[in-house]
Amino acid sequence: MGILNLALKKFHGGVHPKENKDLAKHCPIEELPMPKRLYVPLQQHSGTACEPCVKPGDKVFKGQLIGRTIANVSSPVHAPTSGTIEAILDHVVGHYSGLTDQCVVLLPDGNDQWDPSLKGLDNPFEADSKAIRDKVRDAGVVGLGGAVYPTHIKLSPPRGKPVDVMLINGVECEPYITNDTRIMEERSREIVEGAQLMMRAIQCSSCLICIEANKPGAIQAMEKAVEGVPNFRVVVLPVRYPQGAKNQLIEAITHRQVPSGGRSTDTGATVQNVATSAAVRDAVLYGRPLIRRVVTVSGRGIVRPANLDVPIGTPIQDLIDHCGGLKPGVQQIIMNGPMMGTALHDLQSPVVKATAAVLAFMPNEIHNEPEQPCIRCGNCLEVCPVELTPCEIVWRAKHDLIDQLPEVHVKDCIECGSCAYACPANIPLVHYIRYGKMAVAAKRNEKEKTEMTRLRNQAKLARLEAEKAEKERKKEEMRLASEARKKAAAAAPKPAADAPAAPAAPAPTSTVESHS
Amino acid sequence: MSMTSLKISSSPFVHDGTSIPAIMQAVIWSLLPAAALGVMVFGWSALFVMLITTLACVITERILNAIRSRPSTIGDQSAALTGLLLAMTMPSNSPWWLCVVGGVFAILLGKQLYGGLGYNMFNPALIARVFLLISFPVQMTTWPAPVPLLSEHAHTLSEGLAMILSAPFGTPELLDALSTATPLGQYRTETGMGHTVREALGGNFGFDLFSAATGLIKGSLGETSAILLTLGGIYLLRKRIITWHIPITMLLGCIVPAIIFWLIDPTKYPDPLFHLVTGGLIIGAFFMATDMVTSPVTPMGQIIFGLGCGILTYLIRTWGGYPEGVSFAIVIMNATVPLIDQYSRPVTYGKKKSA
Repeated sequence: MGILNLALKKFHGGVHPKENKDLAKHCPIEELPMPKRLYVPLQQHSGTACEPCVKPGDKVFKGQLIGRTIANVSSPVHAPTSGTIEAILDHVVGHYSGLTDQCVVLLPDGNDQWDPSLKGLDNPFEADSKAIRDKVRDAGVVGLGGAVYPTHIKLSPPRGKPVDVMLINGVECEPYITNDTRIMEERSREIVEGAQLMMRAIQCSSCLICIEANKPGAIQAMEKAVEGVPNFRVVVLPVRYPQGAKNQLIEAITHRQVPSGGRSTDTGATVQNVATSAAVRDAVLYGRPLIRRVVTVSGRGIVRPANLDVPIGTPIQDLIDHCGGLKPGVQQIIMNGPMMGTALHDLQSPVVKATAAVLAFMPNEIHNEPEQPCIRCGNCLEVCPVELTPCEIVWRAKHDLIDQLPEVHVKDCIECGSCAYACPANIPLVHYIRYGKMAVAAKRNEKEKTEMTRLRNQAKLARLEAEKAEKERKKEEMRLASEARKKAAAAAPKPAADAPAAPAAPAPTSTVESHS
Repeated sequence: MSMTSLKISSSPFVHDGTSIPAIMQAVIWSLLPAAALGVMVFGWSALFVMLITTLACVITERILNAIRSRPSTIGDQSAALTGLLLAMTMPSNSPWWLCVVGGVFAILLGKQLYGGLGYNMFNPALIARVFLLISFPVQMTTWPAPVPLLSEHAHTLSEGLAMILSAPFGTPELLDALSTATPLGQYRTETGMGHTVREALGGNFGFDLFSAATGLIKGSLGETSAILLTLGGIYLLRKRIITWHIPITMLLGCIVPAIIFWLIDPTKYPDPLFHLVTGGLIIGAFFMATDMVTSPVTPMGQIIFGLGCGILTYLIRTWGGYPEGVSFAIVIMNATVPLIDQYSRPVTYGKKKSA
């Protein structure tokens, strides 16, 4: 198959930030003791939020459904442990504005007792696509690489677009983060089994496990795990950010680009993260929902960096406390990697399905220089993996030239941060680009609303017009009818009883006339 | 710890450490060998021309910062670089006031009136040179013969200073240096009178490629040493401050037509090497046309821009009203940059026709 002819292609641009993975890459995954309280947000995936299906006071099992959804693009939420629902309230979530969102507050009972109704498939490796997909959907599995897109949708490729190859994404190109590295080293068997199940679901025959060359331990472990497994192969990629981004990985491996606005399957490839793969396996084999994930706690501001296996909903503060707390002088704490993460200002924000890391930075680790004017050096174009002209987008966004933003393809930006990383003028390009995207969307909504109002008004006018015409028609009809009757009356021999009939006939006509 | 003490900013949080001052400094470093050679070849007066012009630029920048109530921007070193670049396009015995007028013009009208660094349309050093060339043609084209330091007739430091200061308003008194034509000037004057290229450049004039390439000839201060300037350019390429697109295409844009016309009639048109090593082609290609603010950002745009600069240079040198066309060519192409950028954007990921 041509697709397996692996002459690795470079995707355009990219950068190589200081890896800083040494801080945590040798720390084995350890389980965090059960926190006192869990705050489980009802929206942890891209798509529609869930509706709570429990109420305060309810006792729940570990793995029991607590957030239900009927929307297409959505994913259910489950109780991370057994206990009592304390409240359903708005709680701060990991967003730099300090945004709150609806969370289910769960008081663990300490028994950690599984929902007895959870069952896996009987013959998982011979199951059909739909059975696997349903298990994955019911378990609330979403992409754990960062996009948190519901996995069951990715396992339903559109008809007529066969998937030749599945890429298992162990690239982990963000600096500092090591959770995927550890998962590959410690849970390689589970990853391969999950991948096999997903391959069954999408009827794809080959699987490449993609890992960057800076993770020899993971490469070794995965190579051992795929030994003797047909159609599996480990691919070692040169280190380059953002190679772990879905479209860039597809380009590096298949030499094809996902069409703008299209889906990965348009290239005959699909990408799944290593941790997602392991979660799929747990869902299909045991019916276990996604209620825990591995989070790297690192950065030079953390006393004891670690890779923690934590229940979803654990406050970030608990993770930090478990790792010995913060060193004095910590300047910034972020969720996820330093290239695409989110700065936190409230450590009560919970761990969600999208949380791969919590990093605490000392001032010398991060960038603190003030923004200067763009000198048009072109670095941003050189490093942009999407081949945009970032400086031109920023210029338009800064000057509110919203109408000009689509022509510089603002929508195609993947917000990887390479441009801002390489900008000598310290311009926060991604920030401006995000603003630009939102401004374009807002303007489009506005336009749609205006258009809708216009159409509605048009329809109303047309309806009034039609009603008026109808009235005219009826009036005409009546006039003709009464004339005909008069004629008939005149022509006919005089009947005896003309008195009651004659005034009745013209009466409606006069009513209509008075109206118009 | 208190929640509010955490810094909130937008991703990414890390940076590769590049900065505007670092870029400007690297360009200044890469110019220094050629500048030093300029001083060696033309004597101390060259050093004073550079110092006065650079100071004029830096002081103007600072004053304008104050007038516009902005923080000082002299730290970004772009004004100093403008001054050095401008000085290197001037005769080594330029009077002090010419240096001051040039420096003030470069920063005031060439840069700050547009809004400062990043907003100017034309290369400030070049627009100032063009201004000086048009306004003070005598001073700007009176090239002193080289009087190298340590040579028999070398000026002392104070003589060099005196030379710059002695002629307040008028042609500088040229101690014992004879004002002579540059090779490009000689070629245009003589071929214009019907002589062949060989007659024009040979004989008494005694042009030879070696001294032209090394910089031991008449010309403006720093634009004479093709070899040292090329080395400086290579340093910038290696440091990835400039890319190959503009310099290479600009050289090609000038050399290719030169080859064609030379092959057609070598008596009328000088050989391409002559074009390469004389005048300001090298400093223009590596240091002037590559000015980031005033050149395109897209690789394709840079290629178009470079070719345009090169071709215009050849056209002006061969048929234009001035013997040297590099400054005019680049300034003209500067004006086309917004247009070039708009029509040379790369194809964004996933938008290729074949995809």
